[in-house]
Parts: sequence; C-alpha cells; structure tokens
Amino acid sequence: MSTPKLIEAISVDKHFGDMQVLYNCSLGVEVGETVVLIGPSGSGKSTFLRCLNLLEPPTGGNVFFEGRNINQDLGHADRIRRDIGMLFQNFELFQHLNAVENIMLAPMKVLGLSKADAHDLALDLLSKVHIPERAEHYPEELSGGQQQRVAIARALAMRPKMMLYDEPTSALDPEMIREVLDVMAELSADGMTSICVTHEMGFARRAADRIIFMEEGVIIESANAEDFFGGHVNERTQRFLDQILH
Amino acid sequence: MSFELIYQYLVSQSFLSGAWMTLLITVVSLLCGVVVGLFIAMLQSLKFPPIQWLTLFYLWLFRGTPVLFQIIFIYNVLPTFGIRLSAFLSAVIALSLNEGAYMAEIIRSGLQAVRKGQRTAGLALGMTRAKVLRYIVLPQAARIVLPPMGNQTIGMLKTSALVSVIAVEELLLVANQTASADFRYLEALTAAGLYYLLLTSIFITGQYLMERSLEPKKRRGVAPPSMLSRIRGRTSPAADN
Repeated sequence: MSTPKLIEAISVDKHFGDMQVLYNCSLGVEVGETVVLIGPSGSGKSTFLRCLNLLEPPTGGNVFFEGRNINQDLGHADRIRRDIGMLFQNFELFQHLNAVENIMLAPMKVLGLSKADAHDLALDLLSKVHIPERAEHYPEELSGGQQQRVAIARALAMRPKMMLYDEPTSALDPEMIREVLDVMAELSADGMTSICVTHEMGFARRAADRIIFMEEGVIIESANAEDFFGGHVNERTQRFLDQILH
Repeated sequence: MSFELIYQYLVSQSFLSGAWMTLLITVVSLLCGVVVGLFIAMLQSLKFPPIQWLTLFYLWLFRGTPVLFQIIFIYNVLPTFGIRLSAFLSAVIALSLNEGAYMAEIIRSGLQAVRKGQRTAGLALGMTRAKVLRYIVLPQAARIVLPPMGNQTIGMLKTSALVSVIAVEELLLVANQTASADFRYLEALTAAGLYYLLLTSIFITGQYLMERSLEPKKRRGVAPPSMLSRIRGRTSPAADN
C-alpha cells in the first residue's frame, strides 16, 4: 500500500435483488497502470467495472477515487463520472448525432465549452484515433471499428483521468479489432490509467501491467503481467486460459 | 348548388372566425395534450407504485369514456361543484386531458424505444439524468413519436367539431347555424368541409416537413412517407412504396 491509488475498490459486493453477483471484490489501480480483467462470461467483470463509476452502485464495500469515498454520495456520481471515461461493447454512439457532434455534446453541456472550442477539440481527437475524415458521418455510416474509435474520442473529450473498457472489441469483426486495440494500447503507453474487460490476450500481453482473473463474482487472482505470461498462475486461471487459447 | 354562395360563406366573417376557432382549439389542446402526455409518461417511468396506479387510473378514465362525454361532463357537471368555466376553456380542458391520455402512450413507447445503452453512455460521460433526457433520449424519441403524433393532430382537428355541443363557435357550429338560418345546407357544409380539408392539408404538409427536418442525412435511403401515402393514411416508411 505504498503508492497512492487512483481508484480503489474495497470489499465490493453487488446484489441484484436476492441474487449476489459480486463477492468481496477489491482492486486498487495506480496512476498510469493498465489492468486487464479476464474471466468467463457471467463472472461479474462488467458489473464490477460498472460499480467503479457507480453506474451500478455497490451494495456493499466502498470505492475510493483519488482518495475520496465516492459510493456514499450517489447524488454527485455525475461529477465523478466526468473523470472516468468508459467504452461499451456496443459502442453506444448517440444515434441522432454525427461523429463530431457525438464528441462535442458532453464537453459543451457538462463542461460548458463553446461550440467552436468543442469542435476543435473533437477534430483533434478524431485525428488522434485516426479517423479525421469521418467527422460528419452518422454512426450508421461507420464500421464497428470506426464507431468504437469515435467512442474513444468521445470519452477522451472529457479529459478523463482514467478509462474503463467494457469488452470494447467483442462486437467487432476480427479485422476491426486491431484498429481499436491499437488506439487503446497507444493510450496506455501514453500513461492513461485503464481497466479493461476483454478476452483479447494479445492486448493483455501488449499493454497490461497487471491481469485480474474473476470467476463467479470473486477475484481469484491478481498477477503482474510478467508472472502471468510466465505461466505463474493458479490452476483455475490456467484452466480458463487453456479454454480461451484453445 | 350556388358556387357564389359557397364563396360568400368562405370569406364571411362568421366562417373565418369559426375556422380560426377550430384551429385555435386544435393547436392549444394538442400542445396541452403533449405536455400532459409527457408528464404522465415521466411519472410512469418513476416506477413508484402509488404514482403508477394514479396514472393508470387516469388513462383508464380518459381512454375508457367517449370524448363527447368528457366535454359535456366538464362543461355541465363541474359547475355543480362551483367550478364555472367558459365553453372554450371547458372544451380545451376536455380535449387536452383526453389527448394527454393518448399522447402518454405514444411518448412512453417512444422513450422506451431509445436503447438503454444510450442513457448509460450519457451518464458515463458525466451528464446528469436531466441532461441525458434532454440531449440524448428526447431527441431520439421525438423522431419515433412524430409520425403517430401527426396522426393525432389530424384526429384532433376532426374531434374538435364535437365541442359544438357546448356552443363553442367553431366551424361546424357556424356552418350548422348558417344553414339552419337560410336552409342552404349544401353550400354551408361544403364551405365548412373545404375549411376542414384546407386545415388538414396544412397539418399534413407541416408533419411532412418536420419529419424531413428531424430525419438526419444518414437516412437518405429511407425517405419519410410521401404526401400521397399520407393522404391514404400510411405513415410508416415500411408500408410505403
């Protein structure tokens, strides 16, 4: 517990009605760290991610962001979420807005940027995710990979202190996965603190500092990347890896 | 049949003000109906049982009785309880409350048609629930509810004729009074009919233009229904060919 954590979950539980989906989950992430969260589907990875930015308020335990306990004051959750960007499996670009407008909306309505400033910012970010030429296109007119990259730009427009990725490439065709992972890896290399739920072990190998394995709502293992890929994992993690790597 | 007389009716002060009254009642009731409907739809989305029962009761009441009954009830029964309203106000209140019950269903289905993930994405960007509703959900719902709302508008225009029973000087009452004064039913009703058709045409055109402007460029392939198919009563793009 020497270095300060940017975000830290302590003993988080989550119930949906009578069903408990997270048990005593703890995770601390330091500034600049990239953590990859793996595990079988239904193991609670996405729910855990959503507990961190309070889209799903934890029903037990605490979440600290920059040292502040954030889950006791859900009325101000919107304030916290400005600092935590998030990506979704289905991109969720706003269907009625084109690419730049998607990126401009939150900076204008939440941060109060002028339209001109927001537009400049949006174009900058579209270049950063390598699709400046798609600025005026509507989500329907973009490929999945392009939509997800616009979604990255949209999240970055809020100048977040960290990013949460919720299976960002699961809905993509194989040839598009790479373009999205490249952008994510670039961000991580630039020092963006990230937590990523994914099945892409290639990305984990490339960008992750630490790998977390979850199963049935429990964090089974937390290993740093070298140990993990060096084969020093526990037996349940190994069984899962054997399955996804065939 | 005297075309001359029809023309005279059309430009007469009484027909003009009758048509104006019809238009006024339609537009005011419609706007109030949208506000009521939006309010009811929002209340329903709160998922708080007592409020849900209350809104359900409202819908049951206003969808389960004839509009004509509601108009007469508000005009004739409320004074018994000391609430005395002008005929115009009674008409607008009755039509608005009735319209609100139907609008609520239209708006509710429009709001539900917006994917849940769109709200989540807005929240994840740090927007408040109110801003998510205002900038993400409502604009998308508006596109979905516009065609059925256009139909309601035209329905409302025709329903407004019912308020003639409480002596609001709208188009049908004017025509009827004029006709019974000089027994020229054909001419008087033709003149009223022409006004109704004119107003309906204006609404259809307005609806068409609004749908086109709300439809972003991305939908270039799927045009909103043509004017012709609207007159036939088809408003969903799928049924149009």
